[in-house]
Amino acid sequence: MSDATLPAMPVFPAPRRMGHGAFWLACAVAALALIAVLRGIGSEYAYFAATFVLQYVVLATAWNILGGYAGYVNFGAAAFFAAGAYTTVAIGKALGLSLLPCIGFAALVGGALGLGTGLLTLRLRGAYFAIATLCLSVVLQTLVVNWNYVGGSRGAYVIRPRDIPWPFDTYSGYLCAVAVVLAAAAIAIARTIEKSRLGLGLAALRDDEQAAEAAGVPTLRLKLIATTISGAMMAVAGAPLPLLGSYVEPTSAFGLAYAVNAIAMPLIGGTASWAGPLIGAVLLSSLQQAATVTISSAANLLIVGVVLVVFVCAAPHGILGLFRKGGR
Amino acid sequence: MSEIVLRADGVGKRFGGFTALSGVNLEVRAGERLGLIGPNGSGKSTFTNCLAGAFPSHDGGFTFKGQKLAGLKSHERARRGLARTFQLPRPFRGLSVFENIRVPLAYAGRHEATEERAMECLEAVELAGKAQRMPKELTQVELRRLELARATALKPELLIADEAMAGLSHAEVDQILALLFRLNAGGTTIIMIEHVMRAVTEFSQRLAVLVAGKKVADGDPRTVLSMPEVEEAYLGR
Repeated sequence: MSDATLPAMPVFPAPRRMGHGAFWLACAVAALALIAVLRGIGSEYAYFAATFVLQYVVLATAWNILGGYAGYVNFGAAAFFAAGAYTTVAIGKALGLSLLPCIGFAALVGGALGLGTGLLTLRLRGAYFAIATLCLSVVLQTLVVNWNYVGGSRGAYVIRPRDIPWPFDTYSGYLCAVAVVLAAAAIAIARTIEKSRLGLGLAALRDDEQAAEAAGVPTLRLKLIATTISGAMMAVAGAPLPLLGSYVEPTSAFGLAYAVNAIAMPLIGGTASWAGPLIGAVLLSSLQQAATVTISSAANLLIVGVVLVVFVCAAPHGILGLFRKGGR
Repeated sequence: MSEIVLRADGVGKRFGGFTALSGVNLEVRAGERLGLIGPNGSGKSTFTNCLAGAFPSHDGGFTFKGQKLAGLKSHERARRGLARTFQLPRPFRGLSVFENIRVPLAYAGRHEATEERAMECLEAVELAGKAQRMPKELTQVELRRLELARATALKPELLIADEAMAGLSHAEVDQILALLFRLNAGGTTIIMIEHVMRAVTEFSQRLAVLVAGKKVADGDPRTVLSMPEVEEAYLGR
């Protein structure tokens, strides 16, 4: 008997998934638990290392919204990340605001930058789009290098506030808690997008833009939404950076490491799901942090390169792809 | 006589110095089954792409249900009830069969995008049993059926089936034909673009013939196929 004559499956086709509200709640609980564990450890280095890893969780998750869900590879992640960092420097200096409002401003700046980039480049595809986003990084870095207000090429020192928000006993602990919350929020946003109508439309246009249009998907509008959200989140990832090291300068803020990691982490974890960038970011940034402590920070990009080559050859759908039926 | 659902007025399209369509006029009535034929390179797919909004036409334009389509993007035309299939099946390969149907249901906004409705669309093309499969697990004829299911999920008033039977066996052609007849019986106007002449003659109430971007014949299938210019286009002088 051919499959064409089989009766319809009596079961409901889509497996039941955790609702959006429940997932956000789970993220909040996980974030609180992680903050409690880190406070339990209480070491400055643990706070720093965790903040380092978590900033990459946010960056990789943000990149994946456009690069993974919509299939538009953005080589300009460092530009958005640095835009967030320099927003903190500029707003902090101009208005004297603390970190949290600066993160809000960074989201606005990153979102506007993402929307503008999208309007200018989203009619391009493939390598052309990727090159255009690379140019964004060069243009923005040139602007910052020549902008004396934020330190120009010399960079800017950012003094951590003396008042440490309750209930934290050190500013590093506070920064780390902020990073945990940002990472949890980024994951929840990514998962909400992925399981929503927006995520379905992005997946359709990723596979075939013309067919998606023919199915009623407003592809340009969806891509603009994705670039805006992704840009805002990448800038948010960079916003705490000046306070993490108390110093920021263009060469490191626009560094190749951010652009490469933002792409490599989702590719290694798997781009089709919110969990992929999380796994990739935790794995790669932990490895890099360990290499920094034990060997040298110069080994970081080498590690990324080697791991990326291994995964591209052995697991082109990332770690998640190894466990999914049909290589989805 | 039923109302005119689609009117093409002097549609022309050029690619650089090459004229793919020139002054094509066509009327299609509601509920009609029109066959659009022509040799390779005659402009059938260009006509489809211009109608669906994938390409802008250089001259003339289309009127669908009394409204001009000029300036409307593909997705806006789809939402107005103008659906198409592609010559080569173009499923969303990263989505399951079920999710492929959810896309038009979620975006076309022409009816409730429920899971039951998606399953109805799949049942109509006998793919309900493969709802959770990935497109790469489907056979060629199943991919064609998925393509049709995705188009019909738009609840179209006009469906352009662009070579939906290319590369299929005799029995598979019959399966697709049966599907198209069922859709038409449900009220969908269908333009069939096809090279499988058995299917075209069996299905079409009327035939239009394009040759080198121009319409050379339009009328009853038997009359059209016996016209010297049509024979010449297919068989040569």
